[in-house]
Amino acid sequence: MAETEAVRVGAAEADRRPEGTAFSDRSRLVEGVRAYGLIVAMWLRSTLAYRASFVMTTVGNFVATAFDFLAIMLMFTHVDALGGFTLPEIALLYGASATAFGLSDLVLGSMDRLGRRVRDGTLDTLLVRPVPVLAQVAADRFALRRLGRITQGLLVLGYALVTLDVEWTPLKVVMLPLMVLSGAAIFGAVFVVGAAFQFFAQDASEVQNAFTYGGTTLLQYPPSIFAQDLVRGVTFVVPLAFVSWLPALYVLGRDYPLGLPGWVAFLPPLVAGASWVLAGLAWRVGLRAYRSTGS
Amino acid sequence: MRLYAVVAAGGFRRYATYRVATAAGVFTNTVFGFVMAYTYMALWQERPRLGGYDTSQALTYVWLGQALLMTCAMMGGGFEDELMERIRTGDIAVDLYRPADLQLWWLAGDLGRAAFHLLGRGVVPMALGALAFDLALPGSPWRWLAFLVSVALGVVVSFAVRFLVALSAFWLMDGAGAMQMAWLAGLFFSGMLLPLNLFPGALGEVARALPWSSLLQVPADVFLGRHTGWDLVRAYAFQAGWAVALLLAGRLLQSVATRRVVVQGG
Repeated sequence: MAETEAVRVGAAEADRRPEGTAFSDRSRLVEGVRAYGLIVAMWLRSTLAYRASFVMTTVGNFVATAFDFLAIMLMFTHVDALGGFTLPEIALLYGASATAFGLSDLVLGSMDRLGRRVRDGTLDTLLVRPVPVLAQVAADRFALRRLGRITQGLLVLGYALVTLDVEWTPLKVVMLPLMVLSGAAIFGAVFVVGAAFQFFAQDASEVQNAFTYGGTTLLQYPPSIFAQDLVRGVTFVVPLAFVSWLPALYVLGRDYPLGLPGWVAFLPPLVAGASWVLAGLAWRVGLRAYRSTGS
Repeated sequence: MRLYAVVAAGGFRRYATYRVATAAGVFTNTVFGFVMAYTYMALWQERPRLGGYDTSQALTYVWLGQALLMTCAMMGGGFEDELMERIRTGDIAVDLYRPADLQLWWLAGDLGRAAFHLLGRGVVPMALGALAFDLALPGSPWRWLAFLVSVALGVVVSFAVRFLVALSAFWLMDGAGAMQMAWLAGLFFSGMLLPLNLFPGALGEVARALPWSSLLQVPADVFLGRHTGWDLVRAYAFQAGWAVALLLAGRLLQSVATRRVVVQGG
C-alpha cells in the first residue's frame, strides 16, 4: 500500500519532467527536495490516520529523552558542578545538542533502514524510480513522533536560557539559532555517511548509532571531563565539537578545549557545509558500489 | 526438557548468525561505555565514595551496564516483537497446537539469545573497558559464578516482563505503545542511566524494590562484592521472587488470553 503510493508519487514526478532534458545538479537538488516533501506528506497522512498511536509514540519519544536529562538532574542532587560546569551550563550544552540532533533525526533518522533494504533487495525498487535515491531513503517511513525528542531538547534549552547567568550580546543571541541549525546539518551529514557505509557493511547500522546517539550523549557533557584524545577526535575527525561545544562555550564565555583560538566558535556553518560535501561524495561512492542481492 | 534445550540452542545460533551486526554492536557498546565512564569519573571526582562505590567500582558498573544491556534486554529487542506479530496475525493459534508449553518455549529461546549476547556483546566491551580503565574485577572465581547466577535470574525476570507485555497484544492488537512503556521503565529502573543507589529518597526505595533492579543493579552489586553470605542469598531471593511472581502472572494472563483466541476460517 505504502509502496504503491510512493511509486505513484515517483511516477507523477516523471510526468512533469520534459523528455530528454539533462538535469543540472541544481535542479536535481530541487527535484530531490520536492520528492522528499511529497513522500514525507504521504507518510504524514498515514501517521495521522492513527492519532492515538501517534500521540502515544510521540509522548514515549519525549519521555525516553527526558529520562536522559532526569539522570543528569539526579547527578546534580549529589554535586554542585560536573567537570567545573553548573547544571544551567550543562543544560545549555544538552539543549543545543539534543535539539540539533532531534532536528536531523526527524529529517534523516530513517536512513538507518538502508542496511535492511540492501539486505532484502528492496533498494532496487528505489533505484528504478526517477527520483533521487537519497531523497527516497531519507523520507522512507518519515516518523513525526520524533517531534517528541525536539520538544524535549527545546524545553531543556529554554530552562538553560532562563536560569543561565550570561551577559547577552547580539552576537551571543545570534549564536543560538546558528548553533542549532548548523549542528543539525552536521549530524545530518553523519547520518548520510553512516548510510553510505551500509552499502558495504549491510547490517552494521549500530555503527551509525555510535556516532549519532553516542555523539549527542557525548556533547551533553562538558569537554573538560573527557580525555584530550577523545576531544581531538570529535573536533578534527568527526567534527561533532562544532555542533554544540564550541559555540556554547563562546556563549558561556568559557575556555575552549585543546587551546583552540576564539574564532572557531563561528565555524559551524562552514564545517556543516564541508561535512555535506564529503557526505555527498561518500553517498555517491556507496551507491555506485551497490550490487543487488543474489537471492 | 530436551526440546527446550534444542530451542535454547536455536536461539543462540540464530543471533550468532549476524556477525557484522554483533561487531557493530560491540563498537556501539564500547563508545557508550567510554562516554559514560568519563562522566562517572567526573561525578566521582566531586564526590568520592558516592553511593558507596569507589571510582573504580563506579567505572566497573558502567561497563557491566554495557555488557548486560543486550543480555538482559533492558531496551527490549528480544522475542517480543515476533510473539506480538504472531498474536496479531493469528499464527499464535498454530503455536498453541504444538505439544510444547508456550511460555517455556519462548523462555528457552530467550535464554539462548541472552547467552549469545553475553558472550558476543558483553565480553569484548568489558575487556576493552578493563584495558582502558582501572576496573574492580573480582579475583575469586566464586564471585564470577555468583555473578553469572544473578545475571541468569535477571534474564528470567526480563523475559517474564516482556512476555507479559507481548501478551497485551491479545487485547491491544498493536502493542507498540506497551512495548515502549516497558523499555522506558527497563532503561530507567534497571539502573542503566544511573545506579539506583544514587536515586534520592523514596524514588530510590521504590526503584530498588521494582523488578527491573534485577536486570543490572543486583547483578552489578553481586559482581562488586556488595552481596556476600546471607546478603547474597537475599539478593537471589529478591530476583527469584520477582521471576516466579511475574512468570505466574504471565501464565495466568496466557490462559485468559488463549480462551479469547478465535481462529478465523478462510
